[in-house]
Amino acid sequence: MSQFTRREFIKAATAGVAASAASSIISGCAAAPEASKPVGRVIVIGGGYGGATAAKYLRMWGEGTIEVLMVERNTEFVSCPVSNLVLGGSKTIGDMTRGYAGLRSYGVQVIRDEVTGINVEKKRIGLKRVEDLPYDRLIVSPGVDFMHDQIEGYGTEAQKTLLHAWKAGPETVALRRQLEAMRDGGVYVLSIPKAPYRCPPGPYERACQVAWYFKQAKPRSKVLVLDANEDIVSKGPLFRAAWRELYGGIVDYRNNSEVKAVDARAMTVRTDFDTVKGDVLNVLPPMRAGDVARTTGLITANNRWCGVDWLTMESLAQKGIHVLGDSTLSAPAMPKSGHMANQHGKIAAAAIIEIMNGRQPNPQPVITNTCYSFVSEKEVIHVASVHRYDIPQKMLLPVPGSGGVSSGRSETEGGYGWAWAQNIWADMLG
Amino acid sequence: MIRPLLAAVLVASAALSLPARAQGADPHLGRNLAAACANCHGSNGVSRQGMPNLAGQQRTYLVQQMKDFRSGARPATVMHQISKGYTDEQIEALAAFFAAQKAK
Repeated sequence: MSQFTRREFIKAATAGVAASAASSIISGCAAAPEASKPVGRVIVIGGGYGGATAAKYLRMWGEGTIEVLMVERNTEFVSCPVSNLVLGGSKTIGDMTRGYAGLRSYGVQVIRDEVTGINVEKKRIGLKRVEDLPYDRLIVSPGVDFMHDQIEGYGTEAQKTLLHAWKAGPETVALRRQLEAMRDGGVYVLSIPKAPYRCPPGPYERACQVAWYFKQAKPRSKVLVLDANEDIVSKGPLFRAAWRELYGGIVDYRNNSEVKAVDARAMTVRTDFDTVKGDVLNVLPPMRAGDVARTTGLITANNRWCGVDWLTMESLAQKGIHVLGDSTLSAPAMPKSGHMANQHGKIAAAAIIEIMNGRQPNPQPVITNTCYSFVSEKEVIHVASVHRYDIPQKMLLPVPGSGGVSSGRSETEGGYGWAWAQNIWADMLG
Repeated sequence: MIRPLLAAVLVASAALSLPARAQGADPHLGRNLAAACANCHGSNGVSRQGMPNLAGQQRTYLVQQMKDFRSGARPATVMHQISKGYTDEQIEALAAFFAAQKAK
C-alpha cells in the first residue's frame, strides 16, 4: 500500500534537518518503537485542534502501523479558545501557548514548514524549506482564512491598524495593546460577520472580556457590537444577562448591522444604516476554509467550505484527502469550534487506521461539543451538544433531547472552563 | 474491553451477517465513544486538572453515574445534558473502556 521507502524517508528527513539551522525539525522516530510493520504514511497539514489531535490519535491507536508527519508553520500552538482572556487582561498569551514536544514523544514527526502546493495525482505535498514529501493519505486541517475583500476599504494597508485577532497569537497581543492605549471614554467597535464563522459564541465572549477590562480600567468607555446576524448566534439570553447585569451602560449591542465598509484613516465603519466612529475597530471579516483547502480543490459549498463524508472526514471532492475542523461544511447544529475539530480528528484517525489496514471504519461515530465562554475573568457559561451519525441520512445530527446551555453564569463553570482548556491541550498535544 | 461486551458484539456481528457495516459491529466501540469524553476528562480518561478522572474507575460506578445524570438524580452543570446523548448500551461500552484504563 505504501509507495514510500525507507530510503526516500531518510532523504526527506536529511533534507529537513539540513534546512533547519537551529534545531532538528523532524524528530520523534526514536522515541516510539514501531510495534508492527508500517502500512503507510499520513501527512497532516496544520497543527491546531483538528490536525494535532488526528496526528496524536493516529499514533496512539495505530500501534505503529501508520507513519505520521505533521506540517505546521508555527513553532508553537496558540489556542484560540480562551484567548479572549488576553484582551480582558486576566491571562497572557503565554498561558495558552504550548509546544509540540509531546506529539514527538508519540512518534509524530513534526515539520515546521509551509505547504506550497499539493499534487493530488502524485500524492505529494510541496514545502517551502524541504523537498516535497509523498503520502498515502492526507489530512488537511487549515482552519479559516479571511475574506477581507468583502468589506470595502479593508485592504492590506487598513489591516495594519484594523485587526480581527480571530487567530490567536501576535494579533491578539496587538489588539490588547490598542485597548490599553485607548483613552477612557473611547469606543471599541466589534463587528461580527454573518454565520457561519469560526467560534459562534466567541465574539460575544470578546464583548464581555473587553467590557470587563473597561469596567476595571476605563469605566467611561463603550463596547459597540455591530452584528450582521438577526440575533446573538449562541447563548443569547446568557450573554444578554451578563451585559445587563455586569456591564450595564458599557455594552451596546446592535443586530442586523453588517459592516460593508471601513475607513482606517477616519476610523469609521459603515453599515447599511449608519456610519460609526470608533477608537479601536475590531472588524471580523467573513470567513472561509483555509487557503490550502482552496488551492487543493477541496471547497465544495458556496465557494467557502469543504464537504466531507462524516464517517471518515474524507473530502467529497478528492479521494484520500480528509478535511477537519472549521474548514468543513458544518453538519446541522455543529459549531465551528476547537472542541469539534478535536472530535473530527478522532473520527478521521480511527477511520484512516481501519481503511489502511483493509477494514471497515466505525459505522456510527458519536461525538460531543462543549463550548465554555468567559463572561468575566472567572464566571463562565457553556453550550453543549451530542452528535450521532445518522445512517439513513449519512450525516452527524444532534441526538434529540441531549445538549443545552448553562442555567446561569457561575464561577464553578469558570473552573471547568479553564480545566477544559488544560485537558484538551493535553489530549491533542500529548 | 470486558468479555461479556465482546461476546455481545460477536453475537451481534454473527446475527447480522449482512451488511458488513451493521450497527454495533465496531470492534473499537468503547474506545471510539470514550474519545469524545477525553476533551474534558483527558486522553483515556486520565484527567490533568479540574475534571473527574475516569480512568480505572469501577465499571458499575461509572454506569450508575451516567444514568443518574441522565435521570437528574445527580445534579450537574453539563453532564445531565451530555449523558442524554447516550444509550444504555453505549454507556456500558464507555464504562467498560474507562474501567480497563490505568489511573495515573
